[in-house]
Amino acid sequence: MSELKVQDRTQTKTKKIRSKNSIISALPWIGPALLLIAGVVVWPAIELIRISFTKISPAGALSGFNGLGNYRELFANPNLGTIAIRTVVWVVLVVGFTVSLSLPIAQLINQKFPGRRFVRWALIVPWAASVVMTAIVFRWILALSGGELNLTLMQLGIISEPLDLKNDPRWSFYVLIFVAVFVSIPFTSFVILAGLQSIPPDLVEAASVDGASPFQIYRKIKFPLLRSAIAIATIINLINVFNSFPIIWAITRGGPGYDTDTTITFAYKMAFIEYSMGTSTALGSVNFLFIFLIILIYLRLTRATRQEL
Amino acid sequence: MNKLAITPKRIAVIISAYSLALFFIYPYINMIFTSFKSHGELYDDPTHFPKIWHFENYIDVWSAAPVAGFLKSSLIVSIGATLLVLFVSIPAAYYVARNKFKGRSAFLLLVLATQMFSPTALIIGIFREVNYFNGLNQYWALIIVNAGFNLAFGVWLLSGFFSSVPVEIEEAAMVDGCNKLTALIRVTLPVSLPGIVTAVIFTFVSAWNEFTVALTIMNQQSVQPISVGITTFTGQYDVAWEYLFTTTTIAIIPVVILFITIEKYLVGGLTAGSVK
Repeated sequence: MSELKVQDRTQTKTKKIRSKNSIISALPWIGPALLLIAGVVVWPAIELIRISFTKISPAGALSGFNGLGNYRELFANPNLGTIAIRTVVWVVLVVGFTVSLSLPIAQLINQKFPGRRFVRWALIVPWAASVVMTAIVFRWILALSGGELNLTLMQLGIISEPLDLKNDPRWSFYVLIFVAVFVSIPFTSFVILAGLQSIPPDLVEAASVDGASPFQIYRKIKFPLLRSAIAIATIINLINVFNSFPIIWAITRGGPGYDTDTTITFAYKMAFIEYSMGTSTALGSVNFLFIFLIILIYLRLTRATRQEL
Repeated sequence: MNKLAITPKRIAVIISAYSLALFFIYPYINMIFTSFKSHGELYDDPTHFPKIWHFENYIDVWSAAPVAGFLKSSLIVSIGATLLVLFVSIPAAYYVARNKFKGRSAFLLLVLATQMFSPTALIIGIFREVNYFNGLNQYWALIIVNAGFNLAFGVWLLSGFFSSVPVEIEEAAMVDGCNKLTALIRVTLPVSLPGIVTAVIFTFVSAWNEFTVALTIMNQQSVQPISVGITTFTGQYDVAWEYLFTTTTIAIIPVVILFITIEKYLVGGLTAGSVK
């Protein structure tokens, strides 16, 4: 069976690398990038972890080493357990729905039909638009009075009283999940579409000549070849959804109370609204570590396809 | 199969694809319709479409809130971040594409990892660092943070483009009197223009849409970009939805058009070439 060639075609053609150099001669070229990464990513990460072991006042003044004090205080917080579980549910549901819906969507926009280009453009809109603006649009659509959802449901006679989905604790979390899936599908579908496009058409044709049904072709040929695209889309989504701040902030602010907070919005709330910097940096460090782990998995997973490095 | 044949399968594909498209743009269509309504029409006897199209909303909004100021801040920050990304990623991408050196893979992995760390998780660290350098409410601080988190796309995408430019062209230019740098500027960069345009658009749009860092380090209205400034319309009890949505319409349409123009390269840049 032919292997999927993921190698950069252009690279093999012109690979003519000048010489084996030391990192010193590379510095003038890559130095600015290293400096930027050090300043924008490494420094804040170290600062976050350092503060998490330090006594810190609400105004941000430091007063000496605190050991695990901030962490102890964090884990004593009665809300943390529920919020942590909710964060897991949030990530699993949003990523699960996003990937499983993106598979058929990618398949659909890979078909040939008139106006396909415009359908793909439409799908790019939520990807290009600011997430916080999209979230605010949904807030209006869900509005009690004048919102499109209640207006339509009432006109259709499905409900007689408007639903307050955004503020109803039974619904608000699912509203957020819906919006998060909505904004995550475009990117995910396009990654899977790119995977579909890299499948050699002769492979599909040969199977079809041999009498395989479209479903068999999808299951036995396309899906296995899509595995790496799906894995990559899943992991990038895991990180994005875990980090997702604007949707929750714009629609519910994590409320009512802490009812729709994830560990990310909870850490933000503690730092910038409740001014408990110590516990916030402790939670922030835990969040950071979690993302770091996922990134390591991602780098390992994509190693094979980055062979040209 | 005949391309024009009308089969039930084709009809099903077309209907589902068009419904899908409508589903994904509907919220934005609703946003645009709402932007043409009067404030009273939002709540009294609400309808799907504006009864009277209040085109003047698009004129009045400029005095209803400092929209021009928000747009100016967004432009300064997005253009600044884009220029900084170009300035930093072109040399790095070029060197990585043309040279093997110790630590090359480590460098590329580091760059890739920065793309995945969103500023959200690091926000307290970022806030404290910016504060330490007296950068709160300063454009340069937001520019640098945006550039840092969008560097990876530029480096990965451009190094792909640069390595597809044959070294021979540069060598020919050097025979004609160019040095390494002028050969890059006069020969390789112009040939790689599609890659540069893509990097420019992607960085511009990301910085334009960035919310969390701007919310945290820009608390003075006069320097807030539009993504944060729109919260001005949200009062305690009442939201000026019509002006809010004229503003978001103004802010969204240009970036959607820009993004559509780079559709082809988006996936490659965001997955560091792992999916093609």
